[in-house]
Amino acid sequence: MLIKQSKKVASSAITPESVYLSRRQMLRGLAALAGTSALPASALVTPGSTDLPLYPGPQWLAPRLASSETTYTVDEKLTPYSSVITYNNFYEFGLSKEDPFENAQGFNTDPWKVEITGEVDRPGVYTLEDILARVDIEERIYRFRCVEAWSMVIPWLGFSLASLIKQFNPTSKAKYVEFVTLEDPDQMPGQRGLFSTIEWPYREGLRMDEALNPLTILAVGVYGQSMPPQNGAPLRLVVPWKYGFKSIKSIVSINFRETMPENTWRQTAASEYGFFANVNPKVDHPRWSQATERRLPSSLFNPNIIETQMFNGYADEVAGMYSGMDLSRWY
Amino acid sequence: MVLRNEWQRYIQWWLLFLLMLVPLLWITYQAVSATLGADPAKYIVDFLGEWGLRFLLLTLCCSTLKRVFRFGYLARYRRMIGMYSLFYITLHMLGVATFILGWRVDLLIRELTDRPYIIIGMVAFVLLLPLGVTSTKGWQKRLGRTWIKLHRLIYPAAILGVLHLIFLIRASYFEAAVYSMLLAMLLLERVLNVLSAAKKRKSREMNRAMS
Repeated sequence: MLIKQSKKVASSAITPESVYLSRRQMLRGLAALAGTSALPASALVTPGSTDLPLYPGPQWLAPRLASSETTYTVDEKLTPYSSVITYNNFYEFGLSKEDPFENAQGFNTDPWKVEITGEVDRPGVYTLEDILARVDIEERIYRFRCVEAWSMVIPWLGFSLASLIKQFNPTSKAKYVEFVTLEDPDQMPGQRGLFSTIEWPYREGLRMDEALNPLTILAVGVYGQSMPPQNGAPLRLVVPWKYGFKSIKSIVSINFRETMPENTWRQTAASEYGFFANVNPKVDHPRWSQATERRLPSSLFNPNIIETQMFNGYADEVAGMYSGMDLSRWY
Repeated sequence: MVLRNEWQRYIQWWLLFLLMLVPLLWITYQAVSATLGADPAKYIVDFLGEWGLRFLLLTLCCSTLKRVFRFGYLARYRRMIGMYSLFYITLHMLGVATFILGWRVDLLIRELTDRPYIIIGMVAFVLLLPLGVTSTKGWQKRLGRTWIKLHRLIYPAAILGVLHLIFLIRASYFEAAVYSMLLAMLLLERVLNVLSAAKKRKSREMNRAMS
């Protein structure tokens, strides 16, 4: 298959991940000396593999990505760029993990509009530029845990969803936030299939307190550049304490509502996928045990199995929102 | 003339043998050259399982092709095709245990007791094992008519194999639909075949009674 690549880079021009990491360590040291907690690191986040496309993004966005600071990180090894951009579940672009990388390179994401509707004072259609003009872009390094029991550690670029929500002034009736992915069968071959179990467009939702939690971000980039199409360009949700399917991609609509919205996987198989979908090693999915996960990339004779943590390791930040809830019932 | 036929069969046997080895060679080549991406384990395991199921259904195709289309070529090699099916299914399971579960006993036990689709697949494999063991001519002679009865276990095994796949449906019915349809047609042909044989027998008996 012919892959349209946004830009080829000579291998000599690429910083290896090891160099990227040691630079980060150096910066962390410098930052400690200077007494600051934020690191101007994303400018240095350079993909570490030869022969892979880069995604500098539109001109109006690239400088902002380059100047963003790392505000949240974990003490774990980053998943290589090559895995992050070639191993994706994005059924709009095909069913196998490499399909989105192969089929999404021509996906047109600029200009992009997002519709804000429902229980807000300022509904309307906003361009991505409008939205990004109102927020600060930061780098957040989060664990990412798929319901299929694999996981990654990903350096996202994005902004706190709460900071955006506050600007639209949700009304007192806004109890939930619903997100909708683009529906465009011309661009998304996966939406043309006759045998699909999924009803398009893809939908997801959060309870208001979850949407306002400081960990929840809308991401516009990864690995120091703009969001690759296969990762959900140009705007996607990242909710690190929930299974990956909650982190909806290529968002075109954000709807504030009083009632709990449907979400696509629950619609497809309600016995397997719930609304909350919090990472929980004690509640198994019928097909995948959730007690352990395989941290990718895994090699053949080292499956890299690690224990899954409650709320994906973010219990301190999020457990309070679910106190008193029976999590095996509200899975 | 006889010699030439033997030579031909010899060549045919080897051709088919090598042909059915191609999926394994292909996946090995991909694994060694590291072109399988971030999660080679999942890819290899799925690939081996799919080929195991394909060869299992191909084994069932042999007699149908012979009966319905008078195409007897494959039926001559049914034993080899069946053994290849068992071979790929065995590799599939070794792959799960090694590449995905890393032979961690606690995980193996958990998967074998908790996951319906794994239990189903495992039962299918257990049903196929005695068929593999008794596939030699010696066993065929020793067991006589029992051998035929025993080897009917391929039917529940194939049904469970397809069910295993149906349980794995996520975003598309396509694959499961193709395999289910094929299996349904093969089973239907057998039912019709048994019915028409019974009918023939009956009419023969009637003729005999009338004469």
